[in-house]
Amino acid sequence: MSTAVSAAQAAPTTNYINAKSGVWSWLSTTDHKRIGMLYLYSTLVFFVFAALLAFLFRLELFAPGVQYFGADIYNRLITLHGISMIFLFIIPGIPAVFGNFFLPILIGAEDVSFPRLNLLSWYCFIVGALLALVSVILGGVDTGWTFYVPYSLRTEQNIFVPMLAAFVLGWSSILTGLNFVTTVHRLRDRRMEWFKMPLFIWALYSTGWVQLLATPVIGITLVMVMLEKFVGVAIFDPARGGDPILYEHLFWIYSHPAVYIMILPAMGIVSEIIPTFSRKTIFGYKFIAYSSIAIAAIGSLVWAHHMFTSGMADMARVIFSFLTFFVAIPSAVKVFNWLATMYRGSVKLEPPMVWTLMFIVLFTIGGLTGLYNGMLSIDIHIHDTSFVVAHFHYTMFGGTVVIFYAALLYWWPKMTGRMYNRKLATTLGGTFFIGFNLTYFPLFMAGIAGMPRRYADYLPRYEIYHKLSTIGSWIMIASLLILLLHLFWSAKKGRKAVDNPWGGATLEWTTATPPVTLNFTGEPDLSRWAYEYPEEVEE
Amino acid sequence: MGMLKDKDHHIVPYSVYINVWLALLVLTVITVAVSYVDMRHVAVLTAVFIATGKSMLVLLYFMHIRFGKPMYMVMILVVLAAYAVFIGLTFFDYGFRA
Amino acid sequence: MSQVSSAAGGHHEHHDPEANKIGMWLFLFTEVLLFGTLFIAYAVYLNWHRWDFMAGSHELDKLMGATNTVILLTSSLTMALSIGALERGKKALSLIMLSGTLLFSFAFLCVKAVEWTHKYHHGIWPDAEHLGVLPYGQQLFFGLYFTMTGLHAAHVIIGAVVILFAMGLVARGKVHQGRVDFLENTGLYWHLVDLVWIFLFPLFYLIH
Repeated sequence: MSTAVSAAQAAPTTNYINAKSGVWSWLSTTDHKRIGMLYLYSTLVFFVFAALLAFLFRLELFAPGVQYFGADIYNRLITLHGISMIFLFIIPGIPAVFGNFFLPILIGAEDVSFPRLNLLSWYCFIVGALLALVSVILGGVDTGWTFYVPYSLRTEQNIFVPMLAAFVLGWSSILTGLNFVTTVHRLRDRRMEWFKMPLFIWALYSTGWVQLLATPVIGITLVMVMLEKFVGVAIFDPARGGDPILYEHLFWIYSHPAVYIMILPAMGIVSEIIPTFSRKTIFGYKFIAYSSIAIAAIGSLVWAHHMFTSGMADMARVIFSFLTFFVAIPSAVKVFNWLATMYRGSVKLEPPMVWTLMFIVLFTIGGLTGLYNGMLSIDIHIHDTSFVVAHFHYTMFGGTVVIFYAALLYWWPKMTGRMYNRKLATTLGGTFFIGFNLTYFPLFMAGIAGMPRRYADYLPRYEIYHKLSTIGSWIMIASLLILLLHLFWSAKKGRKAVDNPWGGATLEWTTATPPVTLNFTGEPDLSRWAYEYPEEVEE
Repeated sequence: MGMLKDKDHHIVPYSVYINVWLALLVLTVITVAVSYVDMRHVAVLTAVFIATGKSMLVLLYFMHIRFGKPMYMVMILVVLAAYAVFIGLTFFDYGFRA
Repeated sequence: MSQVSSAAGGHHEHHDPEANKIGMWLFLFTEVLLFGTLFIAYAVYLNWHRWDFMAGSHELDKLMGATNTVILLTSSLTMALSIGALERGKKALSLIMLSGTLLFSFAFLCVKAVEWTHKYHHGIWPDAEHLGVLPYGQQLFFGLYFTMTGLHAAHVIIGAVVILFAMGLVARGKVHQGRVDFLENTGLYWHLVDLVWIFLFPLFYLIH
């Protein structure tokens, strides 16, 4: 099937963006693509917000002593940074933006199964976001994003609003998962069997189940804390006989699978980008599909590795440590399959590919350091140090967020109809990579040397690590901000994009650019599998 | 999509529902009766066991799992397995605390 | 599957009962995990405070609990019968059965209200002073009791509202023999409410 622009594609000048105009047409839309864009704007606002918070508290950490904020404000800054990044950016992130935009297109459908629920999920996001902002105005909280009891029960500050925010945001996530799982079951083109689906769909499907089954656990746990705090029922407070470790169990039963909600869709996108830019079929399609399910399943068995030093029974610590090693296996399978895909492929280092390769390096470092954390004897020493902070930034930031940007660079032309400056995007990838490693690698070393996390001040021996880290953070944040500004500039002023600039083989590249409201004019072209490549690429 | 209902097409006779209801009532009586017997540690297990029996009746007949596509049964089993794992692993902690 | 597409809308009117059924089941799974989490807390504390839990259970009124169980089971029956009736095109019978379900839900809430009032008068109420001097295990038992039966009652209320709404749709012919899935899915939700109580009843009222 040639990628030459067909008559049907050349025709429409009406696309999903200009089909209806006016702010209200966007705020009342049920078009999955518009909803994806709404999520894009809103999640990016909170990404920038949370990044600026990090900029601020890393300033505080530049030198020992407490120069700018004081320990109390510092604790509120890091708490808000965690809440915003996790609940307002990374968890919705890839599913709500790229899942919404592309899931129906990739399976040959016109929309998701429940378009109005889809819009509702975005409004839940907005309400949750506003509640988070209200909590800032009310002074914020210093509990850390984990809200551990009994401190959160006993403290005078307003934890109700941030907890309510997290609760409402949980509903946004549940609705997205419910929609995606149903859509994959019901709206696949009749010719697209399960094992013909693109791997991004497998990823979104697995993620949907995790969203459905794990999110209610944290939802009700936060409600229990609020009931105990405001109504006085006995559940977690030791003063009433409760066990704070029970709170930790219930909290992490969600919050660990949450990181798989973050990484699975990202890995799905990697499985799309690497074959496209290696011009080669993905190696081990079925393995990768099954590994998505396996990661979702096994990832739900390891939560208590966040609690090794909390006071659990030794039996639990051993079992959870053992299970934690297992979850690395399906992830490693993916990495090997991606590398095997590239081997003897015709690799093109376009920006999406450059950022994806960065992901492989950074996520591998993150994943391997996870094993250190999972080892009981080591974790005793590194728990609650900056080693852990570095680990999860390598995985969540170097992993999920880097792919968020890779996906943005991959699909920007299709979503906006415009191309950005590719040299700039690649260069910024390079500066970002340098800044990122400068920011976080020293934190591994500081952690091993004993630097605690969530501390506004530290002993002079840690100064060099923090100086490097803070400087790295400037380079990193600047790179991302410039990239975002450039992307949004290009959406208006960039060169018009062709339908398939990368030579991709999945269905979105056969649509108009940007797509029409109902995605396809005529039947979707399923003559070719998602991982077969045409000879030529449009330029 | 007009006349065709969803996949469990055959209409369940009223008598099935009534019989299930009677069985549920009987099981409720048994549950209450059994609670008067001093079973110590088995008391809770017995209660849960009977409740599980009742819930299977509700799931299979009132909620039509018996008559619909197998997919729904599979989903329910997956969800229950996930839940069992959550409780089970939690008790690797609580069952072994000093 | 036929799709009616509107020109510039993106909003297409196709009715997919199977999707609605899947969607409702997925939602029910979230409810299972929601109540399930509370049952985990129950299991943990039961394991720690077996005797106190049994003492707490002794305080609850078995008769009212059993009555409520029978009420809910019967309401499940009327719910199922109402769907059966509508599948057979018997709109009036369906509405009668739905009214029955509503009535039973109301009866359930009344019994609950009476129960809780009794408890209140005996000093067993969240944050009550009397409760605060009881052994830990009993405090936790009643903490979970009010949380779980309270949350369950909230779901009964929500269910009743949805049933009322469904009755309106049936009465107006929007939900009918050829398009019955809204009522079926309402029934699924109602049966879930029943299922939760099937476990709540023995675990709170009958362990001693």
